[in-house]
Amino acid sequence: MNNRRKKRLALASALIGGVAAIASLLLYALNSNLNLFYTPTEIVHGKTDTGVKPEAGQRIRIGGMVTEGSVVRDPNSLHIEFAVHDAAGGEVIVTYDDLLPDLFREGQGIVAQGTLTDDGKLEATEVLARHDENYMPPEVAEAMGQSHQQMDYSEEQKAGSY
Amino acid sequence: MWKWLHSYADPERAYKLAGKLLPWFSAIALGMIGVGSIWGLMFAPVDYQQGDSYRIIFIHVPAASMSMSAYMAMASSAFIGLVWQIKAADWAAAAIAPVGAVLTFIALITGATWGKPMWGTWWVWDARLTSELVLLFLYLGVISLYAAFEDKVLAARAAGILAIVGVINIPIIKYSVEWWNSLHQPATIKITEESSMPMEMLAPLLINILGFGVMIGAITLVRFRAEILARNGMRPWVRELAKAEGVK
Repeated sequence: MNNRRKKRLALASALIGGVAAIASLLLYALNSNLNLFYTPTEIVHGKTDTGVKPEAGQRIRIGGMVTEGSVVRDPNSLHIEFAVHDAAGGEVIVTYDDLLPDLFREGQGIVAQGTLTDDGKLEATEVLARHDENYMPPEVAEAMGQSHQQMDYSEEQKAGSY
Repeated sequence: MWKWLHSYADPERAYKLAGKLLPWFSAIALGMIGVGSIWGLMFAPVDYQQGDSYRIIFIHVPAASMSMSAYMAMASSAFIGLVWQIKAADWAAAAIAPVGAVLTFIALITGATWGKPMWGTWWVWDARLTSELVLLFLYLGVISLYAAFEDKVLAARAAGILAIVGVINIPIIKYSVEWWNSLHQPATIKITEESSMPMEMLAPLLINILGFGVMIGAITLVRFRAEILARNGMRPWVRELAKAEGVK
């Protein structure tokens, strides 16, 4: 390699190295702000690194698993109440008044957006189902005891409660 | 070995080699995407939760993963072009850019169509989706920089620097679902451990991913040949070629 090529190689490598360093510092500084949602534990106990707790009235997203057996629905309207928990043990009650996505089930991962009320519940305006990375045919799922029931809505509920 | 490789920096030899490789790439790409898509869309078993809707994975995942691979290929060519000043490498980078941009667009669109029924929303500003959108803008930036200059040596240098700077986005896309919590699920296909998908779904998916890769190669070869002709229009060998093919 002649000298000019060596110089260009050094410059190009320095460019890549510099950009990588800037990007990693930037991402490190932004770290927790790039998370899409709070976990229930973070809402109850505060974030692990900063201890910051979301306040009542704040608009936040919460992500976690719908606790088995916690779903309570109003038979006459779309109003639904369920608990969301995570592996670290936190649990937050979420209330919601609209149609849920197809994948919503007990035990399913979800992300809900809404305002935190004074009694620590989340009044959701949007509930999104979070799909995990597992794919399998129904026979296999049944053998593993993982068959999921879809939510069914009664005619009255479909007619709406507004 | 480097001497042998260097001889292909000559535009005429590169043009002829690309012409020889093209039918192979086209045939393999058509075959693999044909087999993978028909197998995946018609014969692979349904998913226990998503039913038939999961089948969009056979287009979405190949397009998304290959959009990143295409970017790496483009950036590597740009790097070689910049450091060793090999014009053929610059032309190759310029040839890949639009192919990668279209794949990124396909990945974003198929993802949104799947997200609406499954998640309940077309779009959410989580780390994975946002960084993939940034990838699309990077591709568009490289394409427009290359088109913006009349002097193509200067154009390739400007576009090449942007392509190399943009490489930083690739690990961010790849690991976004592990570093931060996001709505997008983590990777299903794992290299070090067993994939979270049974073989009868995984096989057509892998065939399609490889097929998409070869397809990028085939389309890039066509564009690469066109780029060589456009940049060497005044050379005697191009004029002879044009005469032989009866072009006025």
